[in-house]
Amino acid sequence: MATDPRSPTVTVGLQGSRCSGCSVTAYPAEDACPRCGGPADPEFLPGAGTLWTWTVQRYAPKSPPYQPPPGGFEPFALGYVELAEGVRVAAVLDVEDLDDIRIGMPLTVTAEHGVPRARPTSAGEEGS
Amino acid sequence: MSTDVLICGAGRTPFGRSEASGRQLAIGAVNAALADAGIEWSRVQAAFGGSDSAGLADTLVAQLGLTGLPFVNVKNGCATGGSALISAVNAIRSGMADVVLAVGFDKHPRGAFDPRPEDWGLGAEYGSDGLMVTTQFFGMKIQRYMHDYGITPRTLALVAEKAYRNGGLTPEAWRRKPVDADEILDSGMVSDPLTRYMFCSPGAGAAALVLCSPEAARGLEGTPVTLRSAAVRTRRFGSFEVFSPWIPGGPLTSVSRDASAAAFEEAGVDPGDVDVCQLQDTESGAEVMHMAECGFCEDGEQERLVASGATGIGGSLPVNTDGGCIANGEPIGASGLRQVYEIVQQLRGRAGERQVPGEPRVGFTHVYGAPGVSACTVLSR
Repeated sequence: MATDPRSPTVTVGLQGSRCSGCSVTAYPAEDACPRCGGPADPEFLPGAGTLWTWTVQRYAPKSPPYQPPPGGFEPFALGYVELAEGVRVAAVLDVEDLDDIRIGMPLTVTAEHGVPRARPTSAGEEGS
Repeated sequence: MSTDVLICGAGRTPFGRSEASGRQLAIGAVNAALADAGIEWSRVQAAFGGSDSAGLADTLVAQLGLTGLPFVNVKNGCATGGSALISAVNAIRSGMADVVLAVGFDKHPRGAFDPRPEDWGLGAEYGSDGLMVTTQFFGMKIQRYMHDYGITPRTLALVAEKAYRNGGLTPEAWRRKPVDADEILDSGMVSDPLTRYMFCSPGAGAAALVLCSPEAARGLEGTPVTLRSAAVRTRRFGSFEVFSPWIPGGPLTSVSRDASAAAFEEAGVDPGDVDVCQLQDTESGAEVMHMAECGFCEDGEQERLVASGATGIGGSLPVNTDGGCIANGEPIGASGLRQVYEIVQQLRGRAGERQVPGEPRVGFTHVYGAPGVSACTVLSR
């Protein structure tokens, strides 16, 4: 597993699955392929990709189930990140400025606690 | 295919907020449809209907009359009305009954729908982290579409502007005050690129249809409309739907494309033959994308068509002549049958101020909803 160079305790990437028959990659991992129903094997997804689409949640979602962060609700971005393995993963986008979001921007996805989160890929990580 | 099915009666209630219960609204719509057909309840031989959150349709017999007819409850999300209609069609074609009722109704609380992650097979984190919000999906789908096909925010605003304009011409609509495109763009971002006035709201309302075999229709006065086809489909692999933790790479499939193609094939009609249509417009982006998914234009053509007024009441392809979901609100169980009601009025030439000129002959309706279901009909006079 790769590690985030700025925060070595956080692992980068996602635990998905891949169908041995039709090669469909899924996230989160499934026991059966969602296309053909055949068996799927665990597959680690390194998490490097580009932004496929996005939006901004401008108002606080209903609580429950939403749990606002300790500082209170702030508008946040979310989107689908297209990974090299041919899967688009829903993630919260950790970007500094909501105005900087562009389809196609390089992002790195991580899933530790909660839903996957994506942050802009730093120059040194690109192409690695 | 086999026997023709005729729509001999159509009724609806006003949509919006209501003191009445969903069931009371349903009774109002059924009685209006029966009166329109010129028949008594006792003549109805079978009934199909449902709501998403306003009760069981079969309990309506307590008010309509305990005639002993078979009455099947339908619960199929946004396709509830369409599924009830298809069940009614099949009842006539199979010979089970010659006069059949389809009814859809609903009444939702104020504000957005309130889904729970566990009901969708998702982990609790999708709720606690704020991803169980339907408007996010609508924003993300049109965001990508605008990127791929050059649709602008102004086009989204013009779609909503038309909805409010048509709503103003529809006595039963909820939102009847005109709102111009600039005000729509400035109404506050909800889920980028969609603003507040580009969305429909959950509300209350009911719609009902009386369907007959050709023999049964012969004894009735009034002008029947022929239901040329009705098709329901669920999603195939590769579609983009609400509350998806992931979607497959590659070109998207579309359940609306599948259902509309099936409806056109069964009717032996091309999209180019349609004179007036109703397309699911949960928000402005949905109407834009559904124009292409249902075969009425190529992807990207909407930018020119909407700006030119082609989708207005006097245009070459009038879309959502009653103001659609944006102006009527969305009582989930009733929306699909409201669309058919509107096309029936247009084909009979009874749509009043919003009548499409030139005596339209062929109409089309389309609903789409979670978790990837679509119902379409083709109608003609």
